[in-house]
Amino acid sequence: MAIGLAAVRTRSLFALVMLSGGFSLISAALFVTLDAVDVAFTEAAVGAGVSTVLMLGTLALTSRYERPPVHRPWLPLFVVTVTGAALIYGTLDMPNFGDANAPAMLHVMPEYLAREPHEIGVPNIVTAILASYRGYDTLGETAVVFTAGIGVVALLATLARRRRRRDGEEEES
Amino acid sequence: MRHHLILRVITKILAGTIMLFAFYVQFHGDYSPGGGFQAGVILAVAFILYGLVFSVETVQQVMPPWLVHRTMALGLLLYAGTGVFSLLTGYNFLDYTALAPHQPEHGQELGILLVEGGVGITVTAVMLSIYYAFVGRTPVIGDEEW
Repeated sequence: MAIGLAAVRTRSLFALVMLSGGFSLISAALFVTLDAVDVAFTEAAVGAGVSTVLMLGTLALTSRYERPPVHRPWLPLFVVTVTGAALIYGTLDMPNFGDANAPAMLHVMPEYLAREPHEIGVPNIVTAILASYRGYDTLGETAVVFTAGIGVVALLATLARRRRRRDGEEEES
Repeated sequence: MRHHLILRVITKILAGTIMLFAFYVQFHGDYSPGGGFQAGVILAVAFILYGLVFSVETVQQVMPPWLVHRTMALGLLLYAGTGVFSLLTGYNFLDYTALAPHQPEHGQELGILLVEGGVGITVTAVMLSIYYAFVGRTPVIGDEEW
């Protein structure tokens, strides 16, 4: 909460990147509290680690300070307040923290837990579900990551190469 | 960052440790939290850290961009190839029983290993190529500018 407010207030983008990294680390700790260790791991590695570095790389490409706003903040503030209120209203229906009768625990989870040890035999059930039962999904996710990589390479890397080549030609001529 | 002696020494020690940890996360993913995605990111972090402290050129001597771009596709091919292999041997797509028909559990384990390996390779390569793409565009910022 405090980080969010600070992130809104600050105009220095460098501080903003650092704040968002810290926010990722805190939410990773939150996921550990919720017993979602795999998610926490990803959040800590990607959110706090790599994306901070990538954002710093972007900062090096652009300017380091945000321009002062030209609009009044009232409409965005209204939209954010309404969305936030709707989200909080939604949480009222959710089961209590650690509730054994929560829908997520009752639907397919018992079946996975019962079938996994003799069908796959991998102690970490998250891995088993991710790579075996939901193999298609994970294949799709990998393809998404791959596509993102190709996209960035196609947009940025070739541009740099072209510019370098052009500079080389200018030096020669 | 030529004169940051402490940073350079620490990075040299840490880079290897981070890679080792990445492989631990990758191959111990069956028993503990983690797997291909996390391990791939951590492995890429080792390279990125090295590139930040030394220079991109130093990293690119170890992992040249053309190699990174090819490994990016290699990981996805390994994943899909596992599926196609089980398809060709008469099972469903991505049914790991095909890898060891007489011991389905071993097949599952091997299949998960291959698939997670594919994920890890792709994620590492994508992270690195994004990093290269961003860093390769700018002149290096001087120390006093920060």
